[in-house]
Amino acid sequence: MSARERIRVIGFNGLMVLAAALAAAPLLWMVSASFMAPGEANTSPPPLLPRDPTLEHYRTLFTSYNLGRYFLNSLGVALGGTILAVLITGMAGYAFAKLRFRGRDPLFRALLAGMVIPGQVAMLPMFILLREMGLINTLLGAMVPVLAPIYGIFLVRQYALSIPDDLLDAARLDGASEFRIFRSVVLPALRPVLATLGVFTFLSAWNDFMWPLIVLSDDSKYTLPVALANLAGEHVQDVELMMGGALVTVLPVFLAFLFLQRYYIQGIMAGSVKG
Amino acid sequence: MTRREGGAEARAGWGFITPAMLLIGVFFAIPVVSAFVLSFTDFDIYSIGDVGSTRFVGLKNYADLFQMPLFWKALRNTLYFVVLGGPLSAAASLAAALLVHSKLTRFKPFFRSAFFAPWVTTLVAVALVWRYIYHPQYGLLNAGLGLVGIGPIDWLGDPRWAMPSIILLSVWKNFGYNMLVFLAGLSSIPEELYEAAALDGAGAWHRFRHITLPMLGPTFVFVGVVTMIASFQIFSEPYVMTQGGPLKSTTTLVLLMYEQGFRWWRLGLSAAIAVVLFLLTLGGTLLQLRLQRSTTR
Repeated sequence: MSARERIRVIGFNGLMVLAAALAAAPLLWMVSASFMAPGEANTSPPPLLPRDPTLEHYRTLFTSYNLGRYFLNSLGVALGGTILAVLITGMAGYAFAKLRFRGRDPLFRALLAGMVIPGQVAMLPMFILLREMGLINTLLGAMVPVLAPIYGIFLVRQYALSIPDDLLDAARLDGASEFRIFRSVVLPALRPVLATLGVFTFLSAWNDFMWPLIVLSDDSKYTLPVALANLAGEHVQDVELMMGGALVTVLPVFLAFLFLQRYYIQGIMAGSVKG
Repeated sequence: MTRREGGAEARAGWGFITPAMLLIGVFFAIPVVSAFVLSFTDFDIYSIGDVGSTRFVGLKNYADLFQMPLFWKALRNTLYFVVLGGPLSAAASLAAALLVHSKLTRFKPFFRSAFFAPWVTTLVAVALVWRYIYHPQYGLLNAGLGLVGIGPIDWLGDPRWAMPSIILLSVWKNFGYNMLVFLAGLSSIPEELYEAAALDGAGAWHRFRHITLPMLGPTFVFVGVVTMIASFQIFSEPYVMTQGGPLKSTTTLVLLMYEQGFRWWRLGLSAAIAVVLFLLTLGGTLLQLRLQRSTTR
């Protein structure tokens, strides 16, 4: 590499680091401000780092504001929704890809067309329906929209198309039932795509706001985003406290992303190339 | 024998899709159709107590809606967000993808993850963070701009700046997703095309304009449609940051739908807004697909 070229690489990557720092700045500031003393963030010029880091706000959030409860509610909705969604969409995606039955292709095309309908269009009747079913103000009710994501069926189907038919036919010749084939041949083959689907479902269930806001009316049932928005209404001035709450809300999905990055990245790239 | 097995396979097929189809039918398809029906009724707080008291009122909800100045304002605000925010977001995604894809970039996976990270965060939480960043007096943004002699601007308190501020947050939050989509598109362009063009003496801009952009055509359609559908649904950002204000300058269609439906319990009127949202999304999607067809053929 020539000297000139080296300078170009260094300069370019310097700019990249700057851009990445800019993208990360709001999140870094959130972390920093959550450790500041009360009122410290509201000084001019705004401090970047806490003068005397304190865990005070986290203590307050978990002891006086019940954050642990909301955390468990969120975890319940996200984990429960994810497990059910992976099973339900896994089965459906496989069937649409590999099992021949009448009406399969028209049904699948109808599903794809349904993907352009905004979810909110369904929310008002869904609220009335869930009210009649007694699911209002329950975590199960909050879970409902993530249980059978159409994009998930699409994602699994695309992946399942690559399972060789010979493999399935061989198992059928051995006398295995269709359910047995699904469990011992198909599920293992689908593992990567189900993992991708799982991380996306967890993320969307954890981050969802509008539907839980509508469905959960009782304070003790709130998920973290609903509780946080509610808390922000009363504590606008308590910047440091709110940043602690924001950090607790973001941390689980952020950690999940750090450890499971490849599933997110592969999932988006695979889903889009064909789309 | 094959016939019998075909029967088992078909039965299994229906069995495997039944849970998903039931859920989608009960919690999506039927509610979507019901939203249309609901929009022709006077479903309100009294109907919540007694569903039987609901009556069909024809197009009354639509007539009421179209005479409501706030509806037109919300429609304008939503279109503002879609028309300005969508292309800005796509441009930021493409720029980030080109940077990460560049041959000069070292540690590509690191930068890819760093730019993608905001997308995984919880919107309500980061909207709160940005609310403080936008603070006119103590916010980081004005502090930074102050260093170069700009400001101070009352980002969320000034009706002219509130929607642009929400757009900026939304671009920051979302550009990472489409960056990955563009990266997938970029990596599927054969390297030989660039080599051949370089041999012909084509410069960097020329190669971008005549190879990269046309080869990314299908990616643009995907990004355009997905981003637009998502943009029409904007709700949480104004709910958390501005509650639709100041002077209703950030009240969007879905926020209006939420307020009419779940704060004032005018579910009939609210359903009419949902139908408008549906028609807008459908129209926008068809328009984009038509544009795509006319440019490729």
